[in-house]
Amino acid sequence: MVVRALFSPPVLISLVVLLLAATLPLYVSGYVLGLLTIAYYFGVFSMAWDLLFGFANEVNFGPSFLIGLGAYTAGILDSLYQPPIALCIAAGVLASMIGGLVLALPALRVRGPYFGLTTLVAVLMLQNFVVVAAGLTGGEIGLTIPDVISINDKVNYWIALGFMGVSGAILYGLTRSPVGLILQASGQDPVQAGALGFNVTKHKLAAFLVSAFFSGLAGALMAFYLGAASVGTFIDVTVGVQVIIGAVLGGRRTILGAVLGAVFLVALGESLRPLGDLATFIVSAVALVVVLFFPAGLLGMVKGVREAT
Amino acid sequence: MQFWQILIDGFAISSLYALGATGFTLIFGVTGVLNLSHGAIMVAAAVAAWAASGEWGAGSYVAALFGVLVALVLALATYYLIVRRLQLSRAVREEEKEIFILTATLLWGIMIQEAIAYLFTNNAKTVLPIVDGVVRILGVRTPANEIFTAVVCWATIGILWLFVNKTLAGKAVLAASMNPRGVTLVGIELKTVYVGVWAIYGVLAGVAGILLGMFLGVSSYSAGPLTASAFSIVVLGGLGSVSGSLIAAYVVGYLETLTAYLVSPAYRSIPALLLLVAVMYVRPRGLLGRR
Repeated sequence: MVVRALFSPPVLISLVVLLLAATLPLYVSGYVLGLLTIAYYFGVFSMAWDLLFGFANEVNFGPSFLIGLGAYTAGILDSLYQPPIALCIAAGVLASMIGGLVLALPALRVRGPYFGLTTLVAVLMLQNFVVVAAGLTGGEIGLTIPDVISINDKVNYWIALGFMGVSGAILYGLTRSPVGLILQASGQDPVQAGALGFNVTKHKLAAFLVSAFFSGLAGALMAFYLGAASVGTFIDVTVGVQVIIGAVLGGRRTILGAVLGAVFLVALGESLRPLGDLATFIVSAVALVVVLFFPAGLLGMVKGVREAT
Repeated sequence: MQFWQILIDGFAISSLYALGATGFTLIFGVTGVLNLSHGAIMVAAAVAAWAASGEWGAGSYVAALFGVLVALVLALATYYLIVRRLQLSRAVREEEKEIFILTATLLWGIMIQEAIAYLFTNNAKTVLPIVDGVVRILGVRTPANEIFTAVVCWATIGILWLFVNKTLAGKAVLAASMNPRGVTLVGIELKTVYVGVWAIYGVLAGVAGILLGMFLGVSSYSAGPLTASAFSIVVLGGLGSVSGSLIAAYVVGYLETLTAYLVSPAYRSIPALLLLVAVMYVRPRGLLGRR
């Protein structure tokens, strides 16, 4: 069972793509590498969101709340005391997981749009806090982080790629495991899952913690890659929207599709940059067309074609 | 002196919030859709009125009418191109339709916003007020436009109330919000009701957008915050309850004005957010929510 799952087509294809991606630094420019590095971190954000939406059935409008907590906690700690970078990142992850718990509490009480709103409010609160506590966080100008993991763009690229690969493997494995199945059941019909003797609350809380863990870790790593943190790159609602669109575009309930969607979004946005304001317009229009006409997302389209032939 | 100032300014702002939120809550109450392109439609109306009067030299009434027309067209486009398509879609599972409509209307809102930014730049624009001059109320110098805003807001809400409660078409709308199947059973085409509600929504959002453009000015950046504030007012008041959102609009409007005057304009939106969080924890269905 486990061996068979290890060699299923999606896993094999992902492995081949990962290996190919790992050789990219040999023949593309540093500019493309930098773009892909960011895209890979967004891929992890989207995967972590998909775990909550696609499996726990919780619509989290505040992925950037978790990301921002991770990035800012790590960044502030580094700019204040300069401890080892690993310690900063660990603190960021911890803050993000606490944030995950804070988000999960209303989720266990309220449903649907109400829960979506509390998460949105969490983002707005964090954003306001960052702007008001400007002495600590750099406010609207942003926070400068003195240390970076590496200044070599190839090393940074491989770190991001490896991190995305490992996160994807863990999240994908988790959703295919018995625990993932229980989580899915708790999401779709909490009453029946409870009646079957599963602890719905425990599984949902775990899903929030896992999602927060990866969001916070990716946020902290990305902050150390950029050497700066600002509201616009980590917390703003538009960042969260991009994460959500990435996951829906790639194909919800697939984990792996989220990476595809996020990379696609970043690549499309960047290649249209010469068009200025129109770039965002076109990216949103393309995303809207996919949502309206191919609701299963990019991965779903590929699957559909394969099933049809 | 400052007390009266806060009272008057807060009243005008709150009336505007109330009108903006009324359309939003109407759409949710009747069709069950949370329209995240709300702010963008309001901004589009204001910018259209601004462009008509400033760029193309139309009179201020014609310009306002044009703005409302733009909002009406956009609202109907939202319904026909996006909401209806997703509601009838067979590829999306029933329980997932909500998130799909949310995502799609959000993308649609971003498209409108970016189109405005591209065509008219994202500078702030102030629509030429229909009435100008200053009036003294209780010793406070108040722009006549502020009074005009409050009057138009309440007149519009009043007309809506009369329509819903006193006319047959309005009663069909009310019935559709309570029991869609029952409405179909007595022989009313549900789709006609929905189209009508979206048209009313377009007019409400348009009027609110233009008034906002005269009062505070708008830019394409205001679309997101406008949607967020309508959303939080509606949730605070209770989803689908029009009277709830009217009360909530005043609570939020006065909280913001008080904070802006007494503490600092930078902290303006924080108390309302805190209140919202508190309400979500203590009474998740909002002040006058039905569930």
